[in-house]
Amino acid sequence: MRRLSLIFMLVLLACCIRPAAAERVVVSLSNHRVAVTSSFVGEDLVLFGTIEPNQPRAALRPPYNLVVTVTGPRETLRTRRKQRVLGIWVNVDSREFVRVPSYLSVLSNLPIAEIAAPDVLRRLQIGLNNFLLPQRIGPDIADTVPEDPFRVAFTRLETQSGLYRESATAVTFLTPTVFRAAIPVPANVPTGNYLIDVMLFSDGALVARTNSALEVTKTGFEQYVADSARDYGLLYGLVTTLMALLTGWFASVVFARD
Amino acid sequence: MQIYLPIADLPVNIFLIFGMGLAVGFISGMFGIGGGFLMTPLLIFIGISPAVAVASVSSHIAASSFTGAMTYWRKRAIDIALALMLLSAGIVGTATGVWLFTFLRAVDQLDLMIGLSYVTLLTVVGALMIYESLQAELRTLKGMPAMLRRPGSHTWLHRLPFKVRFKRSKIYVSAIPVWAIGFIIGFVGAIMGIGGGFLLVPMLIYFLRVPTATVIGTSMVLTLVTMAAATVMHASTNHLVDAVLALILMVGGVIGAQFGARTGQRMRGERLRLLLGLLVFAVGLRFAYELVVQPDDLFSLRHVRRE
Repeated sequence: MRRLSLIFMLVLLACCIRPAAAERVVVSLSNHRVAVTSSFVGEDLVLFGTIEPNQPRAALRPPYNLVVTVTGPRETLRTRRKQRVLGIWVNVDSREFVRVPSYLSVLSNLPIAEIAAPDVLRRLQIGLNNFLLPQRIGPDIADTVPEDPFRVAFTRLETQSGLYRESATAVTFLTPTVFRAAIPVPANVPTGNYLIDVMLFSDGALVARTNSALEVTKTGFEQYVADSARDYGLLYGLVTTLMALLTGWFASVVFARD
Repeated sequence: MQIYLPIADLPVNIFLIFGMGLAVGFISGMFGIGGGFLMTPLLIFIGISPAVAVASVSSHIAASSFTGAMTYWRKRAIDIALALMLLSAGIVGTATGVWLFTFLRAVDQLDLMIGLSYVTLLTVVGALMIYESLQAELRTLKGMPAMLRRPGSHTWLHRLPFKVRFKRSKIYVSAIPVWAIGFIIGFVGAIMGIGGGFLLVPMLIYFLRVPTATVIGTSMVLTLVTMAAATVMHASTNHLVDAVLALILMVGGVIGAQFGARTGQRMRGERLRLLLGLLVFAVGLRFAYELVVQPDDLFSLRHVRRE
């Protein structure tokens, strides 16, 4: 009996020593800094990555699915609804979206509904319908159901302007363990820090997660103008007015000859 | 060629903006107006937010009216005393306008207010101008003098107290209507991003009986100062003046204005007023259409603040 239990323990030990299946994701972004210059018309960044064993002899469990969520700096927006009042269309109702991402891209290799179960997607905030978008409703701040008309309108408008997107084709697997993700940075992106959250799924479960970051900054002249307009409003206004007067004066001198 | 606008935060085609400046400048030179009532809607149409459009156009109008004012100054066709009196009220009007602009923006009714003011002002002024110039055309056809000026006719406006004499314009009127007109022009200018030239010229002619010789030059001085003041105030309160956008617009605008002025001088005054009336009326109808017809999207977004 004593011997039997010893054998049992040895078997148990052997099982524990055998490497468990675990993987990690290593990613690299083509460019960590997007510079908004006077010729900026948007840019496409590429995120490359590989899936590799966590420990030297760990087993891999393909096929893998990947979801990349990119979020921009937070901002507060108001969604307004028009209604006909006395024959004209007036904003009658509005809802404030508090500290929501100004940019939100959910990129994956399959439609997210096929990657994991709805409750997993909701818990991990994957997809435009599951991402937490808190609204100010009376004294409370809370997210609503995805079918809420203001929430639907908000994500629709942000998608139309190119700042929100959900793409099931943006991630491609080059081999079962090497992937690339195309991150679109449209021309109207706000400046600031962006977080890239990479989540790896196998058989509907989250198996590895990593993150990266990128920065969108105005540079040179664009930054100078934007900063002066914000920090030195009065001086900025005076200089703009002076510029207007000079332009006007210059034109009248040039054209007064004939 | 695309250029990124630092305040409007979007890239635009530099030639498109320049072309718009040129075209509106041509019209403004031709009719002796600022052209803001055309430029602001055009900018909104190409995707610039109404608030940035209104704020930036004011500096564009300042540039084109300065060119015009210098030309009239050389011709000694500016009544400085009248302009100064209109101005003292105009600045107050502009400040009130910028304050209301900020307030309406906060309560989500700015777009509506801009739309409503455009509809009311443009259709009414346009219709009056069409009516008046058509009557003048008819009188010309019958062989009568086109301009029916009644120098002796006095209205109730002339019976108000605080009478002031304006030597250059050869008028003797109460200061109250002068202040009122100045206030209205400064006010609507700040709210609507227009210089108000198309409003001021008829007001000066019909209410104060300012002679045609000095009316346009004086109106341009007023437009210049109210728009310069509006630029400074918009820049320091709302931080929404896009200097890059304004520069492209004003360069196009002042060139266009020179050619427009030459075309305008070859046309008869009544014909010119009829054309301007039709233009003003058409823009007014366009705004009315937008307010009355159901919009494609009932929802819209507004940025409150960055975190």
